[in-house]
Amino acid sequence: MDTLNDGDVMADGRLFTKTHEWVLRSGTTATVGISAHAQDSLGDITFVELPKAGVMVSKGKECGVIESVKAASDLFAPVGGKVIEVNADLETAPESINSDPYGAGWLFRIDTLADADFDGLMDETAYAAFLESEA
Amino acid sequence: MKKTPLHSRHIECGAKMAPFGGYEMPIQYRKGIIFEHTATRSAATVFDTCHMGEFEFSGPSALSDLEMILSCPVATLPVGQCRYGFICNDEGGIIDDQIIYRRADSDFFMVVNASTEEKDFSWITAHCSPDTAARNVSAETGKIDLQGPNSAKICLALFDNSVIDLKYYHFMNNSCRGESVLVSRTGYTGEIGFEFYASIPCIQTLWDECIRLGAEPAGLGARDTLRLEMGFPLYGHELDEATDASWSGFTRAIGDKPFIGSAALSRRPGTQYRLSALLLTGRRTVHPGNPVLSSDGKKIGRITSGSFSPSVGCAIALGYLQPEYGAAGTMVSVDTGRGVLAAQVTTTPFYRKATARASLAAFL
Repeated sequence: MDTLNDGDVMADGRLFTKTHEWVLRSGTTATVGISAHAQDSLGDITFVELPKAGVMVSKGKECGVIESVKAASDLFAPVGGKVIEVNADLETAPESINSDPYGAGWLFRIDTLADADFDGLMDETAYAAFLESEA
Repeated sequence: MKKTPLHSRHIECGAKMAPFGGYEMPIQYRKGIIFEHTATRSAATVFDTCHMGEFEFSGPSALSDLEMILSCPVATLPVGQCRYGFICNDEGGIIDDQIIYRRADSDFFMVVNASTEEKDFSWITAHCSPDTAARNVSAETGKIDLQGPNSAKICLALFDNSVIDLKYYHFMNNSCRGESVLVSRTGYTGEIGFEFYASIPCIQTLWDECIRLGAEPAGLGARDTLRLEMGFPLYGHELDEATDASWSGFTRAIGDKPFIGSAALSRRPGTQYRLSALLLTGRRTVHPGNPVLSSDGKKIGRITSGSFSPSVGCAIALGYLQPEYGAAGTMVSVDTGRGVLAAQVTTTPFYRKATARASLAAFL
């Protein structure tokens, strides 16, 4: 049974995908990460493969992998754009995704392409309801 | 789905459960696999291993029966000691791995894996003499593993008799509040530790007491990362009926004597394949079944187990390789299906500071 944990309180302003990524818009750029639910499902994260800076990602397409001790999960880009920055700390300390999925555990930043990409994403409340319905 | 006598405690602790060997078992508790792994190597943890199977054998022919059924020497096993060995089929494949305990000259206790319990008991009893008394006591026997540098201190507080002189792979009949407990100095983590066998109510008390005395509950996730770091095999991965027991390299588990399957074993260990340890260069893991390739791209083996290693800091793996590639230092690669990763053949254990054989006195 899933219960909201402290991490969800800090999800303000983020939009979520059905594949448990979040995106936080800031003007023409956006930051991407995975939700508190996702990190909890995965367990202790041991390795992250992220798209490289300069690469284009497409909305809904696989753009990386997150591995934990007991599982691996594909990462899907919530919106399309050009990767401008990748969280380099995750190479040696991927566990920050577990401890701070909305803060220090951010994955990458992009120059966004299309406003329309943000349509259909869930806000925090809708995502919480989505998790309830999946449980 | 079967449940162990400790199931409700795991649920109360918020454990993530999953099926294993026909039982719903805890994979991890709230603090996570890496926490439980690290706690085992630095403090103390307790594992629910009630799902494992236990058998008793006695009678004038019990010794000679077991000598024929098990790969390890049994006649030379002193009373009060236990020994690791294989139960092999006629082709030298492995029906299960087990530990045999000698309680008296003609009185033996065996512990086996959960998923193979019924198969093992059928095979063994089919090969026993008519005057050997064989009992499957799994249903009424509880088992937990207490492991870690702090386990000795906790043990002293748990039992009526001191464990301080208990040596590695020795066991004793002890008691907790008057109830019998078989305490053995064995385990699957590489750290100083103990396995307790007792009645169901007594094992429940022992679990609660271990927790009260500071042991952290640990699940199957950490159990796997800990054993892998030591290079210990897991039935279904490194060992199965299609795997020749001599490929394992565990020469001490295979006695120089005739036993069921011995004639079929490769004359020299590792003739066709050799169980090898691989150190990956990064954190990314490989998976059972992944092909292992030589430096010129030829398939030379396959992975049997792989995981990120919390104590070493990179991914590690076990696999069967053609023996000519088994020398430490050999560079190979592993095709994960999502990419090819470089690996170096090494020797086990991957983690070299494990305390299992140390004198208990140093840890009190």
